Amino acid sequence: MSILADRSTTVLVQGITGRDGSFHAQQMRAYGTRVVAGVTPGKGGTQVHDIPVFDTVAAAVTATGATASTVYVPPLAAADAICEAVDAGVQLVVCITEGIPVQDMVRTLPYVREHGARLLGPNCPGLITPGAAKLGILPGSICTPGRVGVVSRSGTLTYEVVYELTRHGLGQSTCVGIGGDPLIGTRFVDTLELFEKDPGTAAVVLIGEIGGSDEEDAAAFIASRMSKPVVAFIAGRTAPPGRRMGHAGAIVSGGSGTAAAKVAAFEAIGVRVADTPSGVVALLRQVIGAEAS
Amino acid sequence: MNIHEYQARDLLRRFELPVPPHAVAATAEAAVDAARGFGFPVVLKAQVLAGGRGKAGGVKLVRDPEAARAAAASILGMRIKGLAVRSVLVAPAVDIARELYVGITLDRGAGRPVLMLSAAGGVDIEEVAASTPEKIHKVHLDPLRGLPAHTARRLAFAVLDDGPSALGLARVCARLAAAYEALDATLVEINPCVVTKQGEILALDAKINLDDNALGRHADLEALRDLEAEDARETKARGKSLSYIHLDGDVACVVNGAGLAMATMDLIQHHGGRPANFLDIGGSSNPEKVITALEIIQSDPNVRVILFNIFGGITRCDDVAKGLLQAIATQPPRVPLVVRLIGTNEDKAREMLKDAAMETATGMDEVVQKAIAAARRSGAAA
Repeated sequence: MSILADRSTTVLVQGITGRDGSFHAQQMRAYGTRVVAGVTPGKGGTQVHDIPVFDTVAAAVTATGATASTVYVPPLAAADAICEAVDAGVQLVVCITEGIPVQDMVRTLPYVREHGARLLGPNCPGLITPGAAKLGILPGSICTPGRVGVVSRSGTLTYEVVYELTRHGLGQSTCVGIGGDPLIGTRFVDTLELFEKDPGTAAVVLIGEIGGSDEEDAAAFIASRMSKPVVAFIAGRTAPPGRRMGHAGAIVSGGSGTAAAKVAAFEAIGVRVADTPSGVVALLRQVIGAEAS
Repeated sequence: MNIHEYQARDLLRRFELPVPPHAVAATAEAAVDAARGFGFPVVLKAQVLAGGRGKAGGVKLVRDPEAARAAAASILGMRIKGLAVRSVLVAPAVDIARELYVGITLDRGAGRPVLMLSAAGGVDIEEVAASTPEKIHKVHLDPLRGLPAHTARRLAFAVLDDGPSALGLARVCARLAAAYEALDATLVEINPCVVTKQGEILALDAKINLDDNALGRHADLEALRDLEAEDARETKARGKSLSYIHLDGDVACVVNGAGLAMATMDLIQHHGGRPANFLDIGGSSNPEKVITALEIIQSDPNVRVILFNIFGGITRCDDVAKGLLQAIATQPPRVPLVVRLIGTNEDKAREMLKDAAMETATGMDEVVQKAIAAARRSGAAA
């Protein structure tokens, strides 16, 4: 079992003729994902790695019945690409694109919600259900199937933690990168809710970072609504205030969004927070015992 | 991106906000001339990309040319929060009856911009928010309708009793909301927004932060960037799509991905070292980036070791190794390198680097501990 995607998920790739879209369409398919179509306006009728390309998402969905989309289009066109997928009835849109203006997302998030679709990202590595499907850019080689759910605001830091889990025999149900922007479609609480309901997930690793209050919201959710154990790691303890640490969402401003506040929020409800990425493994072992791994 | 007050005032005038006239002077003499043009008294304000100018003595009211010359000379010689003041704004003084605060920023939790209006302006708004939150009136902007005129009026009449003044304030709120949206701003703020003794509403200050991600569709705004006010290394990094922030330690790090870069800095501190920077080389595999990263890092005299922590996903380890070897061949590093390349094509990278003069590591804790040890050795040797 898993969340968000499995072997039945059929995926289209928006921006498939671009450098990233083309490369990752191939990588996703090589992993076993059912990549059924690509979309690039003006390139309809061509093929990329034997995947048929359409001019519009609507045409691609009509022809292939794709249920999910991955978005690799340039930042100033990406919000519109998300809305195009939603308009065509796509249920799950995974937006990899980094650098979308925040006001575009202010207008896009309500649109996605009103249409009953789910957006993952933007500025995220996507998700992977080991051995079944990957939607996005996470390297499949570091994952192995199992019962630990992973949710993170980061990309490569997620790989680091997943690599440690796999190396120590702790397989994953699904690994989800929710994105590093200030406004994202799926937040920690949404993902935790899915993991809580998923019979294939026994415990969750949450990887947060400075900025915003999504980790604090997650702590409140865990305290009131979760029965499964959660362990956490928070990046950015050494980040200076007022400076954006790469991710548009990673900034400590006006004394809020600090790593210390987030660690305190988790510890206050009994969620252990690892001091280092490799420390996650030992904490996880303590909370799940041998059966879950 | 931050811009200066005088630039923000010019932008707000475009949106018909009531901003009094001003001049900008780079010398005390020019400031006196501008003051004479307006007539005394005038206010002189340091132009610098930092807050707390008033507390630092960077804002002065002067009543005659001699006082103006002395005040301008003093302000132009100041450093505020480490930044040199290179120009001074001159504006006619105003008879103030009340000082208000009005600002718009993103409310991440709500997913919408929020307009804040407070009867207690002129002071630190965060202090007001903490001690007397009831004095701040808030309303979220609708993604499609912005700030409707009637909502602006409701807010304004909650703060001001006098009809004409309240209507003026409502117009300020509505126009500020329009400016926020049209400029792709992440913050617009007028503090203080004043009511004069004649009942007129005036914007006596202006602060605007712009969304870096939106500058691609605002060429005119990108031109406002003050390159001299930035750290030269950070400017150079941005030119190559690297994200670099200078810190005070001696262990430099080159990492792919912002989260992993922060975690690497944290781990350096966890193991007893001090990070010299944040540096994210991003997701591409361009060897050029590695070369530029090494140049930027080595221009910091405090650096005693350079740590590479690369987790290959999209980034291919052999490309980073290639960049490393090219950079070393062009200019041998003056400090030791400790390198961890893991993930996509790590075997190839290991093979390429096996004869190079650098320490390697496989684990993240290991690479950090080796780097700290190397920094101590090279510190002892220096």
